[in-house]
Amino acid sequence: MWRDALLVGAKDLRVEARSRVATNQVAPFAVLVLVLFAFALDPDRGMLQRAAAGLFWVAVLFSAVLTVQRSQAVEGADGIGDALRLSGLDPAGIFLGKAGALAVELFALELVLGAGVIVLYGVDPAGYPTLVATAAAATLALAAAGTIYGALASGSRVQETLLPLLLLPAVAPVLIAATRAWEAALGTAVAVTAAADWVSLLGVLAVVYVAFGVAAFGPLMEER
Amino acid sequence: MGVAVNLRSAVCLLGRFPALAGVDLVVASGEIVLVQGANGAGKTTLLRALAGLVPVVEGEAEVLGHDLRRDRRSLRCHVGLLGHGPGLYDDLSVADNLRFWARAAGGDGDDVTRAAARMGLDGRLLEAAAGRLSTGQRRRAALAALVARKPRLWLLDEPHAGLDAAGRDVVDGLVREAVDGGATVVLASHELERARALADRSVVLAGGRTVAGPADHAGIADAAPSVPEPTEPVHVA
Repeated sequence: MWRDALLVGAKDLRVEARSRVATNQVAPFAVLVLVLFAFALDPDRGMLQRAAAGLFWVAVLFSAVLTVQRSQAVEGADGIGDALRLSGLDPAGIFLGKAGALAVELFALELVLGAGVIVLYGVDPAGYPTLVATAAAATLALAAAGTIYGALASGSRVQETLLPLLLLPAVAPVLIAATRAWEAALGTAVAVTAAADWVSLLGVLAVVYVAFGVAAFGPLMEER
Repeated sequence: MGVAVNLRSAVCLLGRFPALAGVDLVVASGEIVLVQGANGAGKTTLLRALAGLVPVVEGEAEVLGHDLRRDRRSLRCHVGLLGHGPGLYDDLSVADNLRFWARAAGGDGDDVTRAAARMGLDGRLLEAAAGRLSTGQRRRAALAALVARKPRLWLLDEPHAGLDAAGRDVVDGLVREAVDGGATVVLASHELERARALADRSVVLAGGRTVAGPADHAGIADAAPSVPEPTEPVHVA
């Protein structure tokens, strides 16, 4: 399973490196979302700083939808689905590989967006261990859930519109927990709850999504 | 000689439509069998069912010793299917595609080198993105990926389509080499003259069922589209 995961993950990252969709389209889109938020809330810089954590994770979420769609579209090309099912690769390995590659892409995107939040919103970063731990757990949860729902939607003729409808409600708890953890770390939280609690919740969500994906990806591939 | 494929009254549904409505087919190991039939006769569904991609819902179905009604997944890694789509990642180079599919099947770099050379994919073509290749070149690359996987059962859907004369000769050579190496080949083709010269025998599909035909190829080719649909499936082996 792990060998298959590495093979698939490396392939997905190579596809993205060659196509440059992530760098030329997804990343600019994500930054654009941050900029538009800044335009909308510009008169009140204090509000931007207070809402920075939520705006950051909303931008990540929107970009994640695009990244997931791209990840699934790669497997939807003519004959690829059949070839994957005939390849002998373990479906759990395929899931872990795709989710892993997605996580790497999202994490890179978060670095860009993090820089954007500092520059555009004037956020003074603090609590680095919490920020990083939150980002790691939330990214893993988003990548795992995205891979599951991406595979689920890919069998549909309306997958482009179906995916956000399925994915966004499912990852709402990730958005809430990640935002609260970052607010606590940055000191912008209205009601202060220990960041560790939110990070723990994110960890649980990540484990649940990964475990579900490992178990369910085989049947999902059969339905494509 | 063992039996590679054994279908008895096999039924496959696409949605509610019986794409295969009672197919009888026995293929011995090392045989090359041509499946003929008009468009919509069920040739592609038959090949996909033999690959374990389409479930057989009624009848008996055994391929390479695997019962397709109980466990079709365990069969798949032994089967190579050349379908209508090339099964290549457009953004990856041909070499990257071949390496990925070969490694997925447990192969190594040598398998890739041999397969690429066999299909006439030279250095320049190997480094080109698969999405930038011509139809014929993509077909060659897809065949190379199949060769690199070294399947025991080759399922070829219109293998000569999109290839030039030299490419078609290469395909014929590949099929014969595969059989010499112990593999079994089932192919569907509308290019009957070439395919009949390649195959040991033919079976004819009409309306999702096998219909009777002679053991050799005489008289089948031109009659295939107008073969009357039988009321009962007929075993052709």
